[in-house]
Amino acid sequence: MIPSAFDYVRAASVDEALAQLAEHGDEAKLLAGGHSLLPLMKLRLAAPTVLIDIGRLRDLSYVRDGGNHVAVGALTRHRDVEVSDLLRAEVPLLAHTAGLVGDPQVRHRGTIGGSVAHGDPASDLPAVVLALGGTLVARGPGGEREIAAGEFFHGFLETALAPDEMLTEIRLPKRPGAGWSYQKFNRRAQDWAIVGVAAVRNGGAGVALVNMGSTPLRATAVEQALASGASPADAAAHAAEGTEPPDDLNGSADYRRHLVQVLVRRALEEAGARG
Amino acid sequence: MSILGNRVVRKEDPKFLTVGGTYVDDIELEGAAYVTYVRSTMAHARITSIDVEEARKAPGVVAVYTGADLDLEPFPPTMPMFNAAMTRPWLATEVVRFVGDPVVAIVTEERYQGPDAAELVFVEYEPLPAVVDPEQSEGSDVLLFPEAGTNVVVELAFGRSDDLFDGCEVVVRQRIVNQRVAPCPLEVRAAAARWDDGRLTHWASSQTAHGTRDAICQRLGLEPDQVRVIAPDVGGGFGAKVGGYPEELLVPWLARALGRPVRWVETRSESMVGLGHGRAQIQLVEIGGKRDGKVEAYRVTVLQDAGAYPQFGAMLPYMTRLMTTGVYAIPKAECNSKSVLTNTTPTVAYRGAGRPEAAAAVERAMDLFAAELGMDPAEVRRVNLIRADQFPFTTPVDTVYDTGDYERALDLVLDAAGYSDLRAEQARRRQAGDVRQLGIGLSVYVEITAGPFPGEKEWGAVEVRADGTALVRTGTSPHGQGHHTAWAMIVSDALGIALDDVEVVHGDTDVVPTGTGTFGSRSLQLGGMAVHRAAEDVIEQARQLAAELLEANPDDIVVDKVGGRLHVAGTPAVSKSWAELAGAAAANDGGGLAAEVLFESTMPTFPFGAHVAVVDVDTETGRVELTRFVAVDDAGRILNPLLAEGQRHGGIAQGVAQALLEEVRYDPDGNPVTSNLADYAFISAAELPSFELVPMETPTPANPLGAKGIGESGSIGSTPAVQNAVVDALSHLGIRHVDMPASPERVWRAIQDATATR
Repeated sequence: MIPSAFDYVRAASVDEALAQLAEHGDEAKLLAGGHSLLPLMKLRLAAPTVLIDIGRLRDLSYVRDGGNHVAVGALTRHRDVEVSDLLRAEVPLLAHTAGLVGDPQVRHRGTIGGSVAHGDPASDLPAVVLALGGTLVARGPGGEREIAAGEFFHGFLETALAPDEMLTEIRLPKRPGAGWSYQKFNRRAQDWAIVGVAAVRNGGAGVALVNMGSTPLRATAVEQALASGASPADAAAHAAEGTEPPDDLNGSADYRRHLVQVLVRRALEEAGARG
Repeated sequence: MSILGNRVVRKEDPKFLTVGGTYVDDIELEGAAYVTYVRSTMAHARITSIDVEEARKAPGVVAVYTGADLDLEPFPPTMPMFNAAMTRPWLATEVVRFVGDPVVAIVTEERYQGPDAAELVFVEYEPLPAVVDPEQSEGSDVLLFPEAGTNVVVELAFGRSDDLFDGCEVVVRQRIVNQRVAPCPLEVRAAAARWDDGRLTHWASSQTAHGTRDAICQRLGLEPDQVRVIAPDVGGGFGAKVGGYPEELLVPWLARALGRPVRWVETRSESMVGLGHGRAQIQLVEIGGKRDGKVEAYRVTVLQDAGAYPQFGAMLPYMTRLMTTGVYAIPKAECNSKSVLTNTTPTVAYRGAGRPEAAAAVERAMDLFAAELGMDPAEVRRVNLIRADQFPFTTPVDTVYDTGDYERALDLVLDAAGYSDLRAEQARRRQAGDVRQLGIGLSVYVEITAGPFPGEKEWGAVEVRADGTALVRTGTSPHGQGHHTAWAMIVSDALGIALDDVEVVHGDTDVVPTGTGTFGSRSLQLGGMAVHRAAEDVIEQARQLAAELLEANPDDIVVDKVGGRLHVAGTPAVSKSWAELAGAAAANDGGGLAAEVLFESTMPTFPFGAHVAVVDVDTETGRVELTRFVAVDDAGRILNPLLAEGQRHGGIAQGVAQALLEEVRYDPDGNPVTSNLADYAFISAAELPSFELVPMETPTPANPLGAKGIGESGSIGSTPAVQNAVVDALSHLGIRHVDMPASPERVWRAIQDATATR
């Protein structure tokens, strides 16, 4: 369908985008790759009156070595994340998972920042950032601030970003020698995960869940069990604890609670084998 | 050497792959206004008021119409045997009967203004209870048409014997849901209309240009010579674009009322509720026979969901009945049905239209019977197949099959699949308790094309033009099938005129005087035959003419198919080119070298085949992965294997999709919950293996080309093969049936239930 009428502004710099955000408040939406926002607008489920297009801010498209972490610019497209040599070497879980987002068209338009800032619990990359213990860098009128991934996702499609803030960078800690796995369970290659699991292990473990609640979730009970020496299978039995999975076309909540245990076990086993 | 039977690449593809086709929405139409429909948001409700005043004042609004503004009679039921009270209004005025039922038409200057104005239409509904489950329809107090006194559209009762299964040693019964699916053509519905001095030109995204013309004439009270319908490039139909929908037939009425061109194209979300759906049968299957595997009696009782307004969907069980016993020589069989209304999108023909449902029922029944006996499903099939020496074969429901060799199809597919190795691998995995269990699914199918009755007609014409090129006009209406290539091959083969010099024209009722269209796998054996006959007629005219010009006996004139000339036998130097002959013919009588043929069939044909599907089932998650698909499809003599394989590929993909992915779903209130392609699991190449296609050709005597239809075979054979494979993977757990689509949760639950009861 055709979206409701909106004004369109193309930002030439981050500062200009922030100024526009400040001017228009919650009536405005940032447009990056558009692959989450535009479908909602076309179905008239979202009707922002101003779109601030940041898609051409090329200086926010990068993958850089930050010493103990890798820094990814918010406007880096999924495809560029997928094929980045630096990410493949230092944060292979992210590069691998970026290659599983949507379909090739989506991966060539959609951006990592858009995906994380949208905060969709069914998206792949927010859970990966959570499992890795990443840091989100936001800029607003008051300057720049860092937000731990664990503090970022507040509710369904709600994040720690203020209406006048913009996500500019995603920092992923390097974990040399860590084993990792992403288990995406879906019916069609292009679909969102019915349930997904991101896991990374070396010493401690980071496990995060896709589509098991109103936000991407950290599987704390699983992580604690592992820390106390539980086997992957025993730890995985805790995977559904504290989750509130949706009940929808693709699966009931009960089924998801079962599925997440199987997938966490598989993820931990695969991560163990890779580590 | 004949070009027929060769893998000739499609003449139409360079255009589609470069500049693209010209679809209805691409037609330039100066001054056209745009139609947007406001549709019911309720499944069943009484309309208490419609307020369009705000919408009238919205930017760009030219006009707003409700049903009360139209001087049009409602659509009567599409078949005479349907309950006559079940009429369909153009725009709902008193009652809406499904979510998506059009209520208001808004015409705007620009396309984008329509959806904005539509949000300003206020329809007040008094909700009525909705009938959503077809099994609740007949006994419901809620009637969609109270004046009809019933929700039953039509009952096709041919008799039910209480003693049908007497004497059987084993009888198995199963309720089977052949779920509702959406055809999902890539091009959604579209129409455009322009009046010039009282004459209408109407562009339609249709499989039947002439059918659309006739529908416009009938509904709007026009004469055929007042209407020109053009079906330009059409992006798929699958049976759902046969005839005309109210939304498209209203477009010329609006254009006339407003005195300017009007056009309409629906959105995908509208198409998912407005375009007809397919399948939607609930079947009770009963099969009985001896312990040696011989089936003696079979019965299928069909409940057909017709949706809110009876269309062709209500007649699908008739087609199902014709193919009740499939490829098997079963002595006694019965098929009875009822078609009922529900507050859902009307059902129509969809790739196979009634025959996939028959094949799914009998192929599932064969597996159930085999499982009960502990026999290999391939062996049970073999024991019961109609033998090659039994054709023509009359089935217990009086369908007469033309030709076939079903056992050979079965042998070929088992051999190509490596059936015994697959069974060994399955046994190994079962023994090892593997998480991924292997399933092997079989189907042997037969279907009916260019039917169901003799006397099916199609029109075709061939003309040799003054420059020696040929013009073919056809009544078929291709929308992906490749008729430009196929008809050019037929003419080129007959006349020796190069493929590139044969132009094929279709889908314009001013250029093609009559035609039936493209559906039911009919085109080659009817439309292709008309072209073939017309070409033969042209040759005969040319031979007479060449004989006169060359002062020879017509019997001595031969066609040089390589050089494209006619000459005296034995003396190629004494010859006339097609251009010379066309010129001479024009000079003679002004008529030129041309022939028109209305081909009429003497019998339908019965394509058949055998499919093997191999699946991995993840027993921890229920996820099914199709790992191999092997298909033998016999459609008689094949004109162009490349085109035929394209049809097989598409059909198999859609059939697999029904088995594993697709299902139109409603919530208990009748709200559709699969109305976009994110929620409706349309299949893609990523979910499919490369198909292993095995050729087999058993010509039919029904037409000189020996051809049967190939358009629907894939979607008929593949669905039960895949469904049987899923069940087969789990049969060692005691599982005998899993309904479609075999979604992960459904399969997982079947495993849970089976392991809980063991």
